Amino acid sequence: MNQLLIIAVDGLVFASWLFLVSVGLSLIYGVLRILNIAHGSLFAVGAYAGASLVVAYSTAGLWAPGALGVLLVAALAAGLVAGPVIERGIIRWTYGREPVMQLLVTFSVFLILEDLTKLVWGVSPYYAYQPYQLLGQVRIGGIDYPAYSFLLLLVAALTGVGLWWFVRRTRFGRVVVAVIHDPEISVAMGVNLSRVYVTTFALGSVLAALGGAFTAPMISVVPGIGVEVIVLAFAVVVVGGLGSLEGAAAGALLIGLVRAAAVHLLPVLELFTIYLVMAAVLLVRPLGLFGRVEARRI
Amino acid sequence: MNLPRGALGVLLVAALVVAGLVLPRWLVFLLALALAKGVAVLSVVVLMRAGLVSFGQGLFFAGAAYAAGFAMRWWGIREALLLVPWSVGLAVGLGALAGLLVARYRDIFFAMLTLALSMVLYGVLIKAYGVTGGSDGIRIPTPTLLGLQLSGDDARLVVYYLAVAATAAAAWAVGRYAAAPAGYLAHAVRDNEVRVAYLGAPVSRIVYAAFLLSSGLAGLGGALTALNVGHVDPGLAYWTTSGELVFIAVLGGTGTVLGPLAGAVVYELIRSYAFKYAPYAWQMLVGAAMLLIILFLPGGLWSPVERVWRRAQG
Repeated sequence: MNQLLIIAVDGLVFASWLFLVSVGLSLIYGVLRILNIAHGSLFAVGAYAGASLVVAYSTAGLWAPGALGVLLVAALAAGLVAGPVIERGIIRWTYGREPVMQLLVTFSVFLILEDLTKLVWGVSPYYAYQPYQLLGQVRIGGIDYPAYSFLLLLVAALTGVGLWWFVRRTRFGRVVVAVIHDPEISVAMGVNLSRVYVTTFALGSVLAALGGAFTAPMISVVPGIGVEVIVLAFAVVVVGGLGSLEGAAAGALLIGLVRAAAVHLLPVLELFTIYLVMAAVLLVRPLGLFGRVEARRI
Repeated sequence: MNLPRGALGVLLVAALVVAGLVLPRWLVFLLALALAKGVAVLSVVVLMRAGLVSFGQGLFFAGAAYAAGFAMRWWGIREALLLVPWSVGLAVGLGALAGLLVARYRDIFFAMLTLALSMVLYGVLIKAYGVTGGSDGIRIPTPTLLGLQLSGDDARLVVYYLAVAATAAAAWAVGRYAAAPAGYLAHAVRDNEVRVAYLGAPVSRIVYAAFLLSSGLAGLGGALTALNVGHVDPGLAYWTTSGELVFIAVLGGTGTVLGPLAGAVVYELIRSYAFKYAPYAWQMLVGAAMLLIILFLPGGLWSPVERVWRRAQG
């Protein structure tokens, strides 16, 4: 019983992290129909921005809980600067090209950003543990958990609800939904497509950076953290169905819980769980849990 | 693959054979590495012609390299002419297994699934310290050729000629494949898969065959690299290795066999210098170059030359 509780808590915490790092990828794919491999490096940029700002903030000796706000500001700044620059500067030239070419373009952006982060922040690790220590421990089922994990849960939940509200309840969100369903008709109805694209890309980038910034206190921020994230995020998004926000949440939950179960029951499998879940889901539902079937073009 | 193959091929092989005798040792070593990489690039090209981008050729590249390492470590096999076929065979076996899952998917699914598989192998190679030596990897002693013990410069030269022979064989095989029905159909799948299926051609078998050929080529590249460097480490399975292969394929273009091979040689030469002067900006340069080529020269660096050549032929 106790073990089940532990697995559930671990799984939820991991799932919320997975949701944070993958939902932006799904959003961008849903609207732009481009798999943004640079998502991983936007995550890294967010992590570096968050870590360096938190370190600066903490050494300045300001009000300690403010560090959490600093993380948020760092993510917003990183995403809002990098997102529009990448979309307007590079991605927009590839609309309408073959998916494979678009993939190679985002891969190129990924390569460039990987080295840019090294040039800007150097190659030595950043430790931004202050927010992590600040929140202390919580005792559940006889085990001490870092309270920061539950903050992550809260951030993920708020992000999910906020996105849902944005897409379903705001005017701009409804325009986005219209573009997802049919870009051509949307344009005919007077939708400014480039504005929708650049806004969506910026929002997706902010989400990636948010994932990175809130991950930073839990890890040592080093070069190369972006790659694993893009592979993981892709797995999550594929399990849920590319382009679906509910799917990203469902995929994150499924993979999070299965991985937590594997860690506690079958540690050997830990490394493979994500891919096993992905392969199993794809065998049964090739378009993911929430994927929509598309007409074949002849 | 439109260039006149026979004559040009023989000339190039002859030039490479002479180069082995004339050029300084370090350059021969570099050339052997470049050829091994070129063969692996061909594996990416074969898939690209079928409209598939693989970010996970490192799976077969590293798989074959480690296969050579294990054969030497466990069974004491040092015969190059045994090691290469064994490694390639293992890579094809891996490809046959992975292909069952991966060959069902296209576009981004294919790309990301191959990436995921190669990252799994990377994780295994890092973690299974007792078997694979972890991040230290495995040292590969100098191979023998037909039972002859080799040492120092002789061994280097033999491995180089082995690479030349293997590259020539691989180039020939890819050329034949491209001119065969399976190759043409793979190209047609890239243009419009549904139409190919409606014409009655077995699309899934065509893609699977391309995938098998590709895994074998990547394995050959990996085995040659292992013999040449004398050491294998998990980095061979890392995404940067696979990404580099994709980059060279884009650089060389997918329309010819020689384009990617020439691309590999040029890339390796430039890299060995650029790495010294700009270690932290190298990937950025690669990324920027790839962007420019994709946006402005979609046929590869080779494509303007090819156009002129074709015009000259009328």
